[in-house]
Amino acid sequence: MSISADAESALQTDPLVNLQDVWVSYDDRWVLKSIYLTCHAGEILGVVGPNGGGKSTLLKVILGLLTPDKGSVTLFGRKPDKVSRMRVGYLPQISLADRSFPVRVKDVVMMGLYHKMGLFTRFRRAHEEAALSQLDRVGMADHAERQFGVLSGGQQQRVNIARALVADPRLLILDEPSTGVDSVAQDEFYELLARLRDEKGLSVIMVSHDIGVITTHADQVACLNRQIHYHGDPTGYLQPEIRDQFLGRDLKVMVHDAHCISCRMRHMDHD
Amino acid sequence: MIDLLQHQFMQNALIAGVMLSIVLAVVSFFVVLRRYAFIGVGIAHSAFGGVAIGSLLGIPPILAAIVFAGIVANAISFVSKQKRIGVDTAIGIFFSLAMAIGVICIGLSDVYNTDLFGYLFGNILAISRWDLAIIAGLGGAILLSVFLFFKELLFIAFDPEVALVSGMPVTFLDHFFLTILAITIVISIKITGIILVSALLVIPGAAATQIFNHYSRIIVASIVIALFSTVGGLVISCYLNIASGATIVVLASIVFFISFAIGKIRKH
Repeated sequence: MSISADAESALQTDPLVNLQDVWVSYDDRWVLKSIYLTCHAGEILGVVGPNGGGKSTLLKVILGLLTPDKGSVTLFGRKPDKVSRMRVGYLPQISLADRSFPVRVKDVVMMGLYHKMGLFTRFRRAHEEAALSQLDRVGMADHAERQFGVLSGGQQQRVNIARALVADPRLLILDEPSTGVDSVAQDEFYELLARLRDEKGLSVIMVSHDIGVITTHADQVACLNRQIHYHGDPTGYLQPEIRDQFLGRDLKVMVHDAHCISCRMRHMDHD
Repeated sequence: MIDLLQHQFMQNALIAGVMLSIVLAVVSFFVVLRRYAFIGVGIAHSAFGGVAIGSLLGIPPILAAIVFAGIVANAISFVSKQKRIGVDTAIGIFFSLAMAIGVICIGLSDVYNTDLFGYLFGNILAISRWDLAIIAGLGGAILLSVFLFFKELLFIAFDPEVALVSGMPVTFLDHFFLTILAITIVISIKITGIILVSALLVIPGAAATQIFNHYSRIIVASIVIALFSTVGGLVISCYLNIASGATIVVLASIVFFISFAIGKIRKH
């Protein structure tokens, strides 16, 4: 079930995620067109793009939940499947839909261990200790016995990170991590991601429509609107001609760095 | 009470009531969690179609009902996952289709008597030893399945997306649970009948959720509430000589409103 030592050493240089000329269609329309994308070990890759630009589809392709019409996808040097997904921690969008769901914070973290435990097994003391140590890492140890639904958005996100980390992943995949989280909690959250990258060599792929967040916190930026319009470091992305080429009409540009370059709406034909 | 218990039919009724209460209470926890209450109503009504087909073809009605309700439960789930069909729409279509098939089959067969009334409104005092064996066997299998798959069922109720990514067989578990739900409903029909069975599928879990906020306590409370309602309702209905299924549902509803009030008071 585990990835071999040879594959392990190859991972040091080969990208963890590698998409080559990937095409995906829904209902006879191309949602992803000729996508080339890589993410290396210890790298935070931000994928930014308008709603409907194919961000969620891209994540499904990377995780192997959707097979592309053509092109090749590798995750840890192999075809994405159940085994390679075991090394991925996935964070969904925060939803506060069911505040009364009857689980404690530590129960949620232990869910991250289920797939390693297999069917028919019960929790033991060791599982609980693993969960508590991950909660400690994200600064939520004091909340272990509280009901998950009563936490704030930022706190829930930390617990979700702990759930993703408890299975010791090499790669975290985050879907719209800024949704439902206030700006102070967001800053703390991205500091935590940077710390995990530095300490554990963790790689992160995050998709968002919030350009400010991505350009501030990612090492590499990919701009996706059905096609990849830019893939490189965040400073290059801030060149006006690249933004003009790429931005959709529903995308609000808010780049807040030392120069606060722009806060405006842009237009572009999608196809 | 003692003199009531001297009757064989009363003993059978109590044994069936206790066994089914435990099964219904445990399944009820997931029904409330996954908002499956209306699916439960749909499955229960589709069991009517199964009973009628069974009577027409000479198959044991309970067996026909399990197969038919199981198919309908999974069909509702399958169809509602397609584009442009909401789950309520799917339930609305299948539940009336199943009832319509039932009415046609009843018309074609000569079963138009108290039997039918028993299926619709329950007849817990007519439970035979054969019924008890079926309830014990299938009920036990349901409890064992839920016990074995508990953490997986909890995970997919909490976060199906993350469960899928982490490699859980989410679709299989969904259909597995719906099949369990269909079997639970069919074996419970004798207590309250098709019309009222969904009450016992919803109320114990819903009442327990008002008071407690951790799943282990909710399940225990749900079992206690179901046992109290079923046994209490049965005894009261015998003394007052009123319909037992309906009495059980009324008692369970009273427990729900009390739990609701307790939950409100505790929050303040």
